[in-house]
Amino acid sequence: MTGPTPGPATPVRREPGEPGKSREPEVTAPQGLLDEDRPAETARPGPEHSGHTAPAREDRPWIGASVGRREDPRLLSGNGQFTDDIDLPGMLHAQFVRSTVAHARITALDLTAVRQVPGVVAAFDAQDLSLADITARLGRPLTEFVPTGMPVLAREKVRYAGEPLAIVVARDAYAAEDGVEAARVGYDSLPPVVSEEQALAPDAPLVHDEASANTLLDVSMFATEGIDGTFDEAPCVVHVETRTGRQNALPLETRGVVAGWDHREEQLVLRTSTQVPHQVRTTAARCLGLDERAVRVVVPDMGGGFGQKCVVGREEIAAGAAAIRLGRPVKWIEDRKDALTAAFLAREQHYDVRAAFDAEGHILGLDAAVVCDMGAYSCYPFTAGIEPLMASAEMPGVYKVPAYRVRARAVTTNKAPTAPYRGVSRPQYVMVMERLFERAARELKLEPTEIRRRNLITQFPYTGVNNVTYDPGSYLESLNLCESVLKEEGWYAAKETAAAQGRHLGIGYSCFSERTGYGSAAFAQRKMEVVPGFDISEVRMDTSGALVVTTGTMSHGQSHETTLAQIAADELGLDIGKVRIHQGDTDRITYGWGTFASRSVAIGGSAVRLAAGKLGEKLIAIAASVLEVPPDELELGPGLVRRPADGRTVSYEELADIAYLKSHLLPKDTEPGLTATASFDVLNDGTFSNATHGVVVELHEGTGQVEILRYVCVEDCGVAINPKVVEGQTRGGIAQGIAGALFEQVTYDEQGAPSAVSFMEYKVPTALEIPEVSIHHLETPCAFTETGAKGVGEGGTIGAPGAVLNAVNDALLPTGVELDDTPVTPQTVAAALEHTS
Amino acid sequence: MKPAAFTYHRARDVEGAARLLAELGDDAKVIAGGQSLVAMMNFRLARPAHLVDIGGLSGLDGLRTDAGGALHIGALTTHHAVETAPPEVLGAGFAVLRDAMRWVGHLPIRTRGTVGGSLAHGDATAEWCLLAVLLDAELVARGPDGERRIPAAEFFHGYYTTALEPEEILVEVVFPRPAPYAALTEFAERRGDFATVSAAVDLEPADGPEGAEDSGREGEPELVGGGGRFRAARVALGGVAALPVRVPEAEEALVQGGPYGPELYAQVAAVAAESVDPPSDANGSAHYRRTLIRTLVAHACEEAMSR
Repeated sequence: MTGPTPGPATPVRREPGEPGKSREPEVTAPQGLLDEDRPAETARPGPEHSGHTAPAREDRPWIGASVGRREDPRLLSGNGQFTDDIDLPGMLHAQFVRSTVAHARITALDLTAVRQVPGVVAAFDAQDLSLADITARLGRPLTEFVPTGMPVLAREKVRYAGEPLAIVVARDAYAAEDGVEAARVGYDSLPPVVSEEQALAPDAPLVHDEASANTLLDVSMFATEGIDGTFDEAPCVVHVETRTGRQNALPLETRGVVAGWDHREEQLVLRTSTQVPHQVRTTAARCLGLDERAVRVVVPDMGGGFGQKCVVGREEIAAGAAAIRLGRPVKWIEDRKDALTAAFLAREQHYDVRAAFDAEGHILGLDAAVVCDMGAYSCYPFTAGIEPLMASAEMPGVYKVPAYRVRARAVTTNKAPTAPYRGVSRPQYVMVMERLFERAARELKLEPTEIRRRNLITQFPYTGVNNVTYDPGSYLESLNLCESVLKEEGWYAAKETAAAQGRHLGIGYSCFSERTGYGSAAFAQRKMEVVPGFDISEVRMDTSGALVVTTGTMSHGQSHETTLAQIAADELGLDIGKVRIHQGDTDRITYGWGTFASRSVAIGGSAVRLAAGKLGEKLIAIAASVLEVPPDELELGPGLVRRPADGRTVSYEELADIAYLKSHLLPKDTEPGLTATASFDVLNDGTFSNATHGVVVELHEGTGQVEILRYVCVEDCGVAINPKVVEGQTRGGIAQGIAGALFEQVTYDEQGAPSAVSFMEYKVPTALEIPEVSIHHLETPCAFTETGAKGVGEGGTIGAPGAVLNAVNDALLPTGVELDDTPVTPQTVAAALEHTS
Repeated sequence: MKPAAFTYHRARDVEGAARLLAELGDDAKVIAGGQSLVAMMNFRLARPAHLVDIGGLSGLDGLRTDAGGALHIGALTTHHAVETAPPEVLGAGFAVLRDAMRWVGHLPIRTRGTVGGSLAHGDATAEWCLLAVLLDAELVARGPDGERRIPAAEFFHGYYTTALEPEEILVEVVFPRPAPYAALTEFAERRGDFATVSAAVDLEPADGPEGAEDSGREGEPELVGGGGRFRAARVALGGVAALPVRVPEAEEALVQGGPYGPELYAQVAAVAAESVDPPSDANGSAHYRRTLIRTLVAHACEEAMSR
């Protein structure tokens, strides 16, 4: 019973719309790829594996098939249940009194009038609830990282406009808002720190007294010896400075919670829209001073999260505290105005980066300074280090960079705090790297694709200057395929024709890889004090032979109910209809890290496969006793165990009947019941998905509009469990990447008041602004996961800004103007085009 | 984003609604499609103590052409009803109205939002306000003292302010004559947004059909030769001031210049850009707005003449 090989070990190209149908490899295998004939035990350097019992290939039809989303019937028929759909007897509604100023000492907070508003039941401030602060920490010296507490409700000081000061609980959401209006807050204004420049200015006012120079994180890393000499002597040095706009991850479903005390269980139940149920439980228990078992987090259907919900929200905790105090359920649903101004934001970064090249276009060195404007607080559990640490650790990306130096800082400002957002710094540093290569190509008169080819990593595993080891990918192959698609479709010719007509077409690429499946080792390397990594899965088969799989991951739109079921169904030879995925209930699984950082299929999916495999062993053990043969003469088949030698079979129902209802028939050392639990962690540097994005744009002279004429993505996420889901993830990610490149920006006035308070100002693109995307698949199976899959949640977002910006700048080439800041707005483009003769 | 408390009144007829408005005074607001007012109430930017809902009144919707060739549009007519009006109701002479509807928000907004609501709201970049100013529409308001007709040129006073008295209800807009060579175009960063700048033109080619009957495209005389000059022209812009404005300098340039064609349109568009003093705000600088005017006025002329 050797393990199945996940698929061909060379990257193979799959035609769009032909999932799972492999053609002849069109590209040669990069060296270092694993030999598919080697047994899995040695081919997989991952953690210790259980012996696999999976059925023969023909009985495993699910992985690689574009199974229709099992979530869709309920969601499309209006039968989903989101947090706001929950209506409990006696339920009250909460809203928050929020700071109207960016930076001030609180001189008075009077809720007397609030409590007299008709319909208001109660109002609590920080003093009333006396909750412990939420403090995110890194295991770094104070010179590198300064921990700052985030109070659940502000006391003494407010640090951004929108910061919660008090919770108002009322019989309905209208009265709650009336109550909020009645609050009297006295402020002693402090000068606001609204930008990175203001934060770092000498004598700047301090957002947190303990964080001098408003700096929460300051790390200098790598500093390859001799790097200054490299830059001094290099024939070509290019420079990119870019500022990227602050963004909102903007889940369609805003944040929200329904909190209530369960008297029978003596337990606070938080029904909340979160990507990380167990972290909310741990934090809520600590803030409220409860044993952790006295908090249960249950997650209803979710309408997105994108990272904004992978940190613990203050409002969730405050609503829980209010529910306990009042003995009645309390619902808080974040309204869109608060979502736009007071929710966790992301992405406002400043890069100042130089790259040295030799005359042939080989990169010699990379020297980077990164400053991230993290807003008023460190998010829990990731801290304000999340963006700068990601940027500094991974910037060299897919290229063979021999020398590297980086200083990365997180500054605190009087703006809403930030959280990880799909891609976390990678959309930005990939854009910077791709701009550097384009710029070097121009200086050295090389084709932009050619200079990349000369620098892409092609030998795997590759350990970079950043001490990261990259597992095999199709970096070069994806670029070549993407370029050939655009060439074959005639876009290079179209660009020339357009230029002759005085029109402005441009073609741009971005190449990147994306670390997915961060295990505890990778997060520990970041020196997080709370170290995510493993995940646990429990499988349980009932007497009808149906399987319930409980996972610690938390789908908030990623179709885990479908993909994880595919994995379990294949492992046990079950029809997918017999498999049900259960997630988002902290009482049903020991612990889990939820869903973020493209971890769920890589880590959670592996745990599911291992747990299912263990159950398979148990089924075989019982069957062996029934058939009175040694277990190694048996194998799993479709819903049964069989003995190939004589064709005898025992169905799962029969085995379950014994396991539960006739346990006296069980073998001596076998426990009753059919359950198994397994955990999985990635104990090395993780696994890297990769892609190349190719974009063709036209710039319209009279309006400055950037029209995307063509968008091609060649992606490689290893074994695609469900190609249609992969494409959905990729398309959605690209839409968010385009949003950052061309549309969205959270803005503030000089006093730190948010000026993008509705969708009129915060210009999230609609379906009409997002082009069709064609997606081509390559497949380099991962050796570190149980299914060969790599993560795919973030890649689209990571690749889009660089490709779009390069295309825009390619079109702007005749003007001599280069645009490196995002978003690139029509007004900016129109101004640049005025430089056209 | 929940509105402050208000009292809801459902009107039975226009007269009753007007009486009620007179009684309630400044604290009352008329609501029909609610596409602007409800959003403002949810932000608590508007906090009317009373809403008088005229949405259910009969006889205030629909399009009709009178014997003189004028088009009457009831205030409760939705944008979508105009967009989908059949040619026998909305002929080629008023095709500009139908075509302009694609710029109004998104489909769900167009199916609820009303022509009268848009005009009474008086947004400086709203398509109906621009069309009314461009085509010399008359707005018919009914109050406790009866009906009065207000020319569009006198109706809009500035940002969200109009000549309507608090107790008056807008019941109809009248477009007095066909405009077979008119067009509206605009630019916004996203489709469906209020325009950064919108431009509309109404041209009368000297060799075009004079006072053309609203008889549909067929049978219209073709524009042939004849020196290609304009007998008259109207140009209006939105997004450049607190209310939609006519641009007499550009109109003059259209009539004086010639022959018509891209060169003339570009000249006229440049004149228009220099004749207004657009604001600088989050949606665009004055300089950028002038760039848009140069583009959009020319596009509008071309679209108008391609009819």
